[in-house]
Amino acid sequence: MFDSFTLRALPPEDEALREPLRALIAERVAAQPIDRRARSWMGFDADLSRALGAAGYLGLTLPKRYGGQERGAYARFVVSEELLSVGAPVAAHWIADRQSAQLILHFGTEAQRQDYLPRICRGEIYFCIGMSEPGSGSDLASVRTRAEPVEGGGWRLNGQKIWTTFAHHDDYMIALVRTSGISADRHQGLSQLIIDLKTPGVTVRPIVDLTGDAHFTEVFFEDVHLPPDALIGEEGAGWAQVTAELAFERSGPERIYSSIVLLDAWIAHIRAHRPDDEASLALAGRLTAELAVLRAMSLAVTARLAEGESPVIEASLVKDIGTGFEQSIPALIADDLGRHPDQPVAPELVRALAFATQIAPSYSLRGGTREILRGIIARGLGLR
Amino acid sequence: MDDAEFLDPFARLLDGVSSPAQVRAAQGGAGISALWSAISESGFLDALVPEEAGGVGLTLRAVGSLVEGLGARATPAPVAETMVARALLAEAGVATPAGPIVLATGSASRVPLAMVAEHVLLDTGRALLLCRLDEGNRRSAGVPGSLAADLAVSGWQTIERPADGLRPIAAVLRAAQIAGAASRLLDMTVAYANERSQFGKPIGKQQAIQQQLSVMAEKMVMARMAARIGTGYALLPTPAAAATAKSVASAAAVDIAAIAHAVHGAIGISEEHDLQLFTRSLHEWRAADGSESYWSAILGRARLADEASTSADFIRTLSSPA
Ligand SMILES: Cc1cc2nc3c(=O)[nH]c(=O)nc-3n(C[C@H](O)[C@H](O)[C@H](O)COP(=O)(O)OP(=O)(O)OC[C@H]3O[C@@H](n4cnc5c(N)ncnc54)[C@H](O)[C@@H]3O)c2cc1C
Repeated sequence: MFDSFTLRALPPEDEALREPLRALIAERVAAQPIDRRARSWMGFDADLSRALGAAGYLGLTLPKRYGGQERGAYARFVVSEELLSVGAPVAAHWIADRQSAQLILHFGTEAQRQDYLPRICRGEIYFCIGMSEPGSGSDLASVRTRAEPVEGGGWRLNGQKIWTTFAHHDDYMIALVRTSGISADRHQGLSQLIIDLKTPGVTVRPIVDLTGDAHFTEVFFEDVHLPPDALIGEEGAGWAQVTAELAFERSGPERIYSSIVLLDAWIAHIRAHRPDDEASLALAGRLTAELAVLRAMSLAVTARLAEGESPVIEASLVKDIGTGFEQSIPALIADDLGRHPDQPVAPELVRALAFATQIAPSYSLRGGTREILRGIIARGLGLR
Repeated sequence: MDDAEFLDPFARLLDGVSSPAQVRAAQGGAGISALWSAISESGFLDALVPEEAGGVGLTLRAVGSLVEGLGARATPAPVAETMVARALLAEAGVATPAGPIVLATGSASRVPLAMVAEHVLLDTGRALLLCRLDEGNRRSAGVPGSLAADLAVSGWQTIERPADGLRPIAAVLRAAQIAGAASRLLDMTVAYANERSQFGKPIGKQQAIQQQLSVMAEKMVMARMAARIGTGYALLPTPAAAATAKSVASAAAVDIAAIAHAVHGAIGISEEHDLQLFTRSLHEWRAADGSESYWSAILGRARLADEASTSADFIRTLSSPA
């Protein structure tokens, strides 16, 4: 079972992307304090995103005619890995580059592609994902936000989304909405719409999280009028599109590197203060070994994407283990530091640890919860 | 030669000589002569021996899944160990004895399958010694079903020791065996969950059981990926790769055995059920040639010593093949 998990090597031409990218991010990221870098894909920095776009690091998998680089999933893996491993603030372009662009490329009209994709590749426009609603979290098919066709074309949208990451900074939302039937119809009658967040009737309210940051939001739609070409893909095919989209969301290296800045800061601490502490060495080794294996697994899923498949089950498996790993890091590091109550710890490391500790529960929520992912794996095992 | 072309005959051979009934018999003390002669005749024992020395000249990378196949059947003979020993002896220009050879990676450790081996390749820390094994120099620890033994050897032939000794390669073989047994256990446990009914439906329809099996699948994939990191070499893995393989596979082994038993309920505890052939092996291989904590500390030391790199840089060479 799960025979597609084999060791894969990155092609040398994609590996070659690392060095020039390092030079670009070094000056913008290295000087940031650890606790800032520990935020990484929750750090919004439009300047960096535009610089990455200008240097050709966005839209790596998109065709050249839309401003992309025509390189593929491996190139994107390399770039993601480089950015995340130093804790670059990637939130601005991240969702657009990872999943919105794929969605538009595969399901959009030619006009939509020409409109959005070049701007995504330049790092100029940012997208958010409007899936969750107050009553629809894990049970995504129950969404109630509704778009009705209006006379003369277009849609009238009413409803509410919640937990929408960075809607307050973004330009567009791709929302999963009901266009026909009722929520009891489940997977039927759902569609995806591209919503310009500046359209009248759209209200975005940031929600402050437990760390004091405000990175997710609630979004209200009150008689929002959308043009006909707001519909992406087929009317009623929203569920299938969302499922394909989630394979992109769940498989990437971001699901293993969320706590890596903290891990490296802690390793530097051990190296400086007690390089021969056996328990710390064993912990450093254990986390290093798990990370190596998880990376190999993530790369195996990337290989499937590169081959044009939609590895939904494998991606769920990597996301579940990967987020469990990321979540274990702050708790284990806190224990290790606490094992030496008389040894000073740099305030930056203390703050990075506190941040990761508080935000870690979100790792296994965003992008689908642990229980839901395990349900998908169980389906892959033939149990349901 | 692709995987299937090479593996299928080996798998068929093993199915014929290493069925659960045959494993039980060997573990009960019946010996392994039929199994051994079938495997010797197949030529697989020289898979890793260079062609110049009369072998097949394959890499460990190529035969890694074959070692998994041995683990998947809990094969009660040191087939993988003998393959490695024969390759090392051939490289050293030493004539290879005919029978099964085990690898002993330290003086104090109990050596899996030593009760059915005729020779041991022992790592003293300074040299490798090839020694004959007989009733006088091996002692079973008396663990039911186990063919492991403590050794006290003498009378030897000395061979140059590879820089990192035998323990990394031995650990990688264990990791691959763990991965194979894990895969077999997952198949068995999923099948059982679909078969066994309680409360009017198969237990596999219960979400609580599905969640446990999903975790088991995750651990199996981790063990297998870890093992492949270890076997991704021509013959001898780097200590860092071996440490990655064994620490992750050993840790996964514990969880995999626990879930397999939990889902099987009482029947899995019984001697008559095949489950225990594989879960007992998992626990033995997990501890053999260094447990997860042993290897984690080694890898941690290597990680700290590499001052220049980030964790992402450090693991990159480990997680994709050279
Ligand atoms: C930091 C962060 C960012 C996010 N960003 C976005 C975003 O940009 N866009 C977006 O659309 N959403 C976003 N989300 C929302 C996220 O997708 C949801 O939180 C998630 O899908 C779970 O929904 P819920 O929070 O409503 O929990 P619920 O669905 O209410 O679940 C609560 C608990 O019950 C369990 N549960 C529910 N149903 C079952 C079941 N059938 N079987 C077993 N257990 C079950 C869940 O696993 C969970 O443990 C974000 C969340 C976080 C934390």
